[in-house]
Parts: sequence; C-alpha cells; structure tokens
Amino acid sequence: MGESKDGVKGKRVVFVTVGTTCFDALVKVVDSQEVKDELLRRGYTNLLIQMGRGSYLPTKSSGDDGSLAVDYFTFSSSIADHLRSASLVISHAGSGSIFETLQLGKPLIVVVNEDLMDNHQSELAEKLAERRHLYCARPPTLCQTIASMDLKSLVPYSPGDATPVAKLINRWFSIHHFSDWHAIATAKSAQLVRKYDQPFILSGDNKEWKSLLRPLMID
Amino acid sequence: MEKNTSRFFSNFSLGITCLIAFITLILLRVVYVIYRSGKPLNRRSPPQAIATLIVLGSGGHTAEMINLLLVLQKDRFTPRFYIAAATDNMSLQKARVLETSRADSQSGVEGISAEFMQIYRSREVGQSYVTSVWTTLVATVHALWLMIKIRPQVVLCNGPGTCFPLCVIAFIFKVVGIRWSSIFYVESIARVKRLSLSGLLLYKLQIADQFFVQWPELQRKYPRAHYVGCLM
Repeated sequence: MGESKDGVKGKRVVFVTVGTTCFDALVKVVDSQEVKDELLRRGYTNLLIQMGRGSYLPTKSSGDDGSLAVDYFTFSSSIADHLRSASLVISHAGSGSIFETLQLGKPLIVVVNEDLMDNHQSELAEKLAERRHLYCARPPTLCQTIASMDLKSLVPYSPGDATPVAKLINRWFSIHHFSDWHAIATAKSAQLVRKYDQPFILSGDNKEWKSLLRPLMID
Repeated sequence: MEKNTSRFFSNFSLGITCLIAFITLILLRVVYVIYRSGKPLNRRSPPQAIATLIVLGSGGHTAEMINLLLVLQKDRFTPRFYIAAATDNMSLQKARVLETSRADSQSGVEGISAEFMQIYRSREVGQSYVTSVWTTLVATVHALWLMIKIRPQVVLCNGPGTCFPLCVIAFIFKVVGIRWSSIFYVESIARVKRLSLSGLLLYKLQIADQFFVQWPELQRKYPRAHYVGCLM
C-alpha cells in the first residue's frame, strides 16, 4: 500500500465497521489479544474500528513496539475513504456496508450479530458467502476465519443493475425507448408484410399493431 | 304504541339493508380495484408527467432506491416527492444530493421537480407493540395528510415500515376514486429467503400493482412477484 507518514513501508489497515448499529460483541472480539495477534500474523499493521453506538471502548495503541496499531471512532459521515484505504474490511451484516465494500473491491469478512432478534441480515451474508464474494463469521468464530481465510480465492462482485425494474415500470406506462420501437417496428412490418403480402403502413390506430405488440414487449 | 314500534323496526331494518348494500358496494369496488391494479395501464400514449412518491428508509433502503432512481427517466417521473421518517436524517440528505447532481446536468430547468418531506414513524426499532398502536395511528393520520397534498400517480417503495401506511392510503384513494396510482414495491436485496413485514402485507393484500424481488428463491415462494436480479 506504499509508505505511510512514519516511514514504515506497506501499512496494511484492517477497517472494522458496525454502521449505525450497536455491536459491542464484534468490537470486543476484534479488540481481543487473540484476534489482534492473528491479524499481525497475517501481515496487517493497523486496526481502525468504527464502533457506532456501542459502549465498549477498545484500547488504543500506537503500535510502535511492533504490535498492531489500534484506533477507533464512533461515526463518520462517509466511510468510503476508510474503506478505500483498507486492506481488509470486517463489517456487520448491514446490506449498505456490505455492498459499499464489495463495490470497492475490498476483501470482506461479514460478522453476523447473534443478539439481533429476527436476524434476516444473516441470509444475505450467507448467500454472498455461498457465492464466495466474502467470508461470513460470528463473533466467536472470527479468529478462526481470519486464520484460515484465503483472500485470493474470493470472487469479485459485479455490480447489480436496476434497469430491469426501470424497464418494467416504463412498460407499465407504455413508455418505450427508441431502441424498443425500432425492434418492434422492424419485427412488426416483417410480420404484417408476410400476412397481407403487401407493404403495410403502421400507425397508432392500427388494431393489428396493438394486438401483436404485446408479445414483442416481453423480454 | 304499536304503530311507533313497528315503524321503528321498519326504519331499523331499512337502515340495516342500506348499510349492507353500502358495504357490499365497497367490497365489490375493492375487488375491482385489485383486479384492475394487476394489469398495466391501458393507454394510447404514455403520460407526460407522472407525479411520483418515493419512500426512503434508513440504511440500505435509501442506497437501493437511489440506484433505481438513477435509471428512471427523470423527465417522465416528475414531480418527485421524497418521504422519509422523521428520525431518519441521512436519507433526505442523500436524496437532495441526487436531485442537485441531476439538475446540474440539464440546462434551463424550470420549476421545482422535487420536494422533500418527513413523516412520523409508525414504530421505532425496539418499540413496544402496545405504544406502537398509538404511534401508528398518529403516523397514519400524518400519512393521510401528506397523501392528500401529493396525490401521486406512482408510489415507489422498497421496504421500510413507513411505506405501509402510505401504500394503504394510496390504495384507498383508488377505491374511493380520489386518484388512481400504481404502486411498485421492490423488496430489499437483504431479503433472500423471507419477505419483510411490509413486503408480506403488500403482497398478500394485493395492494402493490407490481412486486419485485431480487433473489430467485423469493420468486419461487411468491409467484406473483417479478424476479429482477440484484439492484446493488
């Protein structure tokens, strides 16, 4: 990652985020000696914790003595910069944090909060872990996950696409793009020429046009 | 005396008959609205300006909604009304940023094409269900007030609890004839195997005209939903 200010080469930051929630279990386990030692072993130099509404305060450390440098803060208006400068992200299972991290192409461990009632968030984390876009863990298993993870085996996440929804909404109101019209018109004229064996002028009033339009509108 | 009693009973039975007839008419109208809502609008030419209500929610909800709005034609779906819960500070801010950035790219824009409003929440996270009854009533009255002002033709929502009273009111407006609106519900990407409570209610009660899900498991479970893939 290049030189940092104090001249140490290859600063590798682990960024931990809990979003707007309170997730003391994660902050505690990340601050534990076990996990910090494991992160050091895996080559990380800095640990930055965004602790949100939690009440557990981690122990700050400058890392001068070769140990992991630890710092924390509660909130920030945008964690994008922190995500960008991280080598590893450990996040709660909120969809906003997950996708913001995946879209930046950062390796991600999602930790599911077992104290939440009706934990639907774990469904998303497990699904994405199934597709190998991230690692999924619980606070007790985080250390083990860090020890055994192989970040090179993670599959990059390709961003989603909202245009299918927009298209369906447009069609609801009979709004078509030019490309739709062109395709429809070309197919339509070919069809009608075959049917009536003569050139056919298409107009909005044409019943044939309307009735045959429907099947062409479906992807 | 007997005459009075018999007149009373005949008036009473007349009243009951009228009430039953009235309720039956309303139910028939509701059935018709549900039936008609399932089909696209039958228009000869697409409408020029579709008043759109966009319901925002905390966290991932707004991020997903913004993703959708980026690909929606803003010159067709205008004016846009953004509603967020009163305790949600970030969502309206993000919506304002979106509107400002899109307004810059177009020259000569006249008039206001977007408005931002806050609504009381039916229930805060972790609030007891007992006090929720009262807060839901307050929220519903507030929602009614906002809806009467806006009278949207399209309602776009993706899951926060704030959307349910708004969708119900939009549905009632359809039944009563105040405004025919199309309600589009996109279930959040975080919902892989089960629907959220808002989603489940809107699906089962057939209030949403079109119901979109982002994972195939949900489409198999809820066949009237459209699978549209991941939006994020």
